[in-house]
Parts: sequence; structure tokens; C-alpha cells
Amino acid sequence: MTPADRVRRRAVGSAIVLSVPAVLLLLALFAVPLLRLLALSVEGGSLVAYQRALTNELYLRVIFETFKIAAVVTLLTLALGYPVAYVMATSGRVWQLVGIAFVLLPFWTSILVRTYAWMVMLGRNGVVNRTLIGWGVIDSPLPLLNNLAGVLIGMVHVLLPYMILPVFNAVKKVDPNLVLAAEGLGAPRWRAFLRVTLPLTMNGVAAGVTLVFTLSLGFFITPALLGGGRVVMIANLIEEQVRELLNWAFAGALSAILLALTLAAFWGISRIARTRSA
Amino acid sequence: MAAQEVRDADLRVDGVAKRYGAVVALGGVSLSVAAGEFLTILGPSGSGKTTLLKVVAGFEFPDAGRVTVGGADITDVSPAKRNIGMVFQNYALFPHMSVARNIAFPLQMRGVPKSEIDRRVIQAMALVELQGYGERLPSQLSGGQQQRVALARAVVFDPTLLLLDEPFGALDRKLRESMQLEVRRLQRRLGLTTVFITHDQEEALVLSDRIAVMDGGAIRQIGAPDEIYDRPADDFVAQFIGESNLLVGEIAAPDRVVLDGGTSVTVRGLDGGHGRVRLLVRPEKMAIDSATNRFTGTIVEAVYLGEAHKLRVKVAEGVELLVRGHRAVPTGARVTVGFAPEDAHVIRGAG
Ligand SMILES: Nc1ncnc2c1ncn2[C@@H]1O[C@H](COP(=O)(O)OP(=O)(O)OP(=O)(O)O)[C@@H](O)[C@H]1O
Ligand SMILES: [Mg+2]
Repeated sequence: MTPADRVRRRAVGSAIVLSVPAVLLLLALFAVPLLRLLALSVEGGSLVAYQRALTNELYLRVIFETFKIAAVVTLLTLALGYPVAYVMATSGRVWQLVGIAFVLLPFWTSILVRTYAWMVMLGRNGVVNRTLIGWGVIDSPLPLLNNLAGVLIGMVHVLLPYMILPVFNAVKKVDPNLVLAAEGLGAPRWRAFLRVTLPLTMNGVAAGVTLVFTLSLGFFITPALLGGGRVVMIANLIEEQVRELLNWAFAGALSAILLALTLAAFWGISRIARTRSA
Repeated sequence: MAAQEVRDADLRVDGVAKRYGAVVALGGVSLSVAAGEFLTILGPSGSGKTTLLKVVAGFEFPDAGRVTVGGADITDVSPAKRNIGMVFQNYALFPHMSVARNIAFPLQMRGVPKSEIDRRVIQAMALVELQGYGERLPSQLSGGQQQRVALARAVVFDPTLLLLDEPFGALDRKLRESMQLEVRRLQRRLGLTTVFITHDQEEALVLSDRIAVMDGGAIRQIGAPDEIYDRPADDFVAQFIGESNLLVGEIAAPDRVVLDGGTSVTVRGLDGGHGRVRLLVRPEKMAIDSATNRFTGTIVEAVYLGEAHKLRVKVAEGVELLVRGHRAVPTGARVTVGFAPEDAHVIRGAG
């Protein structure tokens, strides 16, 4: 064993010791309730709840809708977040700090508060509609609340930082000389971006996509408040089963399905990302 | 010494100035490089070498001045359209592309047909002796190999100009020397007009057709290596290149200078001038038991360099002379050293 090995081993040892409290906390607050929920879903050793969830067309529709919304939200945050992250990462220090502050600011506000704020903004007489009518862009108010549009706006807003931060990080890591080199070798700006910056930031994109997509799958408050009951995602379904029908077994089965789908999505995205970057 | 005009100039830089806030990176630099010439820009850190190269490559826009290549003004042309090959200080290889794809990149950008790209990439890899490395990623190469990929990528598209920014800074001495020869061989073979940056004076002397010595954003002197070494324009250049003895004094007669210590020496090249001067005598021109211009002193340091002995001789309080020769003399010995009148180079107007 070389001294370097010894140092490394000691570092690993202390890392294990230091992580004990966090592991205990996770076990108590996360693993135990999860296991209890799973136990509930197979109450009496029967898989009836799963059968019901996976065969009833209504529930399958909700699962499909949930994935569709998560996919659309992910694409929208990517389309909106990448340019923001890119501009932030390539501008001067001051603007970078201002940008990060603006991205992080919403983090310090409760998601509930932000969602209520959107209700005020998006209503028939909300700020958005009144402004657009005031400017003469539209004649009658746009339906932005209690529908899919409202849910998408709210979710994109909440999830945007999860896309911006990893992409920002990835763009910052790209050596600016590489872009200069590409331009010097004959690539116009946009081609240098496509051939150098974009591929080198795919790991950040993958991280952002994974975060946003998997977080979207479990969204509850935003669809509940901005969807007006017309947009139902899995989490809303689970809540309804527990709160109104007290059907713990079915809620447990739905939760297990959501967990399985989330893990599958996570695995799928990271696989794609790995083959893309290889 | 003014930059002499180069006929058939390929690259011409005219009064280029660039400042970053309060820092003057370039204060009106002018120089010309002839077609096929190898010009080295030599200067200490922060003297503006990289900035000058960036202006030529188009990565920085100058506050004033013009850049011309082959007679065409390219000051306002985007870097992508300049057709200049550049090797960056840290190579700037694309880490996600194989060696072959890195080298193919400039050809793809020019819309060269696929079959020709393949042919030219293979040719370029052979040129830098990297046959068989095409599929490797840059991270799987040694420093010297990465350097050669960067070089191949910079020349594969027949650039009108080759720019190299301290390309050997990260290499060890042996590799550095073999890369120097390789670059020079390649440059001659392709007949490329080349601007090379270094802060290593030895490298500059070995490689260059001409050297431009930069300091503080200005060119102090531009000329052939022996001209820079034997006849430096000022004491900055004298001290930056090689080791030197600088003797300060006053002209007393057409061939005599009285040094500040009171010693009188005979020199050539005063041309009937008067006033204060500095005399530059290179250590290898200083000889033990010289017949003329003698100084007596004690050896305070003797270093064996392999091919020569370097001696530091204290001739007066605070005055030491460097001598480079073949005789081994022990520390503490009393010696007489001196130089021939024709071996002192006169630098005028020295304070
Ligand atoms: N982007 C920049 N912003 C601000 N100052 C800069 C910038 N680039 C260069 N400078 C300044 O301009 C001066 C010249 O820099 P330059 O990089 O040209 O020096 P150099 O001769 O290449 O030095 P080195 O040998 O260390 O590479 C330095 O004082 C440097 O600090
Ligand atoms: Mg530099």
C-alpha cells in the first residue's frame, strides 16, 4: 500500500463516517415510508390494485398524460433555459452574478406562493390578459388558467432553474479557446456552436433533462391549482385516492408505478446521454 | 533601429494598438513578414505577444491600425474567413473528436468533398508522423503528440499564414528541441509564412529568420538572430537575449570611453559621437589575460557548464564581469580579464 493509497483509504473511511447521519435521516424519512406504502399496495398479498391501475383506460390515460406533460415541459425548459444559460455563462462576471441571482431567487419563494401568483397573473382579468388587451394584441382574454396552458406555464417556471444551472455549469467548463480555434479553422459562429459548444455541453443538457423530466412526473401543486381540475397527473390521482376515497392500497400501487416509471425514465435518459457523448 | 521594409511582404501589421481598460496591451505595433519567412516574436510575459497574434488571427479587433495579408486588408474580416492556421498555447484540440476528425474539421468547414478530406487527413498525419493515431481521442495522446495534431490541423487546409503561440511551453526540454526542428522542417517544406511566439530566447535564436523583441506592447528591435544578439538596439534587448556585461561610461576620444569607475577602455564604432554610452560585451568575448582593456579582479563564482566554464569576476565594489571560456580557474583566484576593442557593441544614449 503506497502512502497515496493510505491517504485515499483514510479519506474513504471518514467519508463513510460523515455520511452516517444523512443515511439515517434518509432511511427514516424516505425509505421506511416508501416501504410501508409498497406494503400497503399489496395488502393481503393481492395485486388487484396494480391490475386495476394498469388495465383501466382512465388511469392509463392519466399516466400517458403525465408523461406527455413532463416531455413538453422538459422541451420547453430546454428551449428557454439553454439560451439563458449560454448567455449567462459567456458574459462578464457581473452579469453572471446578476443572472444567477435571478435564476435562484424563485428558489427562496414557496412553490405554493409562486403558483398562486400565476393564478393572479393568468386569470381572465389577470395581468397578462389585461396587458395584451391594453396593447391591442388581442380583443378578448386568452384562456390561460384552469387548462393545460396554465399548467405548462407554471411548471416551466418552477423547473427552469433545474435546467439552467447544469447547462450553465457545462457551458462555463467549455474552454473559450476551443470556440476561437473552431472559428479560426473556418467555422462561422453558429457552426462553431453546433460542432463544439453544443456537443461539449450535452452532459449538462442530460443532467437538466433528467432533473426536469423526473421532477415533472411527480408534480402535484401546479396542476392542481393552475389546471382547475381539468389537468390530472398521477400525483393528483394519488392524492384524490387518499384524501377522498381513503383507498390506500390503490394509492400505494399508483405510487409504486410512478416510482418505477421515474426510475425507468432516469435510466433511459442517462443511457441516451452516455451513447451520445461516446 | 527601425523595422526595415520587407519587399514582397506577406503579412503587414500597421500601427496596431489595443488596450484593455487602462492596460495598453499594444501601443502601435508595426511589422512586416516576408512570404515564407519565419518570424519569432520574443518578449517577457505580458508584453503583448498573444494580443498581437489574436489581432492578426481576428480574435481581437484593434483599437487602431490595419492588418494586411498578401496585399489584402483583412482588419474587418471575420476569423473564419481569414484562412490563417493557428496553434494555441494549450493546443485547443477538440476533446470530443478523434485525431482524424480534429484534422478534418477545417476541411469540412470549407466544404471539401469527403474522399479528398480522407486523403488530406492521412497526408497531414503522415507529415507530423502520427500514422495510425487517427481514431484516438486527444486525451489518449502524450503532450508532444497533441502538439503535432494541433500542428497538422493548422496546416492541413493550406493556410496563407501560420501562427504559433508558445506551442512548446508545456513540453520538456528534449521533446521541445525535437519539436522545434520538426516545426522548422515542416515550415520550410510547406513554405509557410510563420509568426512564432516564445519567451525563450534560445528557441528564438535557433528557429527564426528574424526576431522581433517586444516589451510593454511595443517592438524594441526587429532583425536577424545574429544582429539582435551582436548589435542589440538598447539594453533591454541586450539583457533579454543572452548574458551580457554592460559597461557604462562617457566618450572621451574618438576611440576611447572612460567608464564610471575611472577605467579607460578602447573601443571601435564610436563614430565621433559624444556623451554617455553603454558598452555591451558578451561573456564569451571576455578573455582571461586579454591584451587590451584589462580589468583585474577576484573570481567569486566558477560554474562548469560542460562545453565551457562560466566565471563571475569581481573587479570593483559592485562591479562584476561574466566570462565564458575554456579555462578552469578556481574561486578566489586573482585574474586579469579584458576584451578586444572590436568586441564591444556601443549602445548610445544610456543613462
Ligand atoms: N482579455 C483581456 N482583458 C484584460 N487584459 C488583458 C486581456 N488580454 C490581455 N490583457 C493584458 O494585456 C497585456 C498583454 O497581454 P498578452 O496576453 O498579449 O501578453 P503575452 O505577451 O502574450 O504574455 P505571456 O507571455 O504571459 O503569454 C497584459 O498586461 C495582459 O494582462
Ligand atoms: Mg501569451
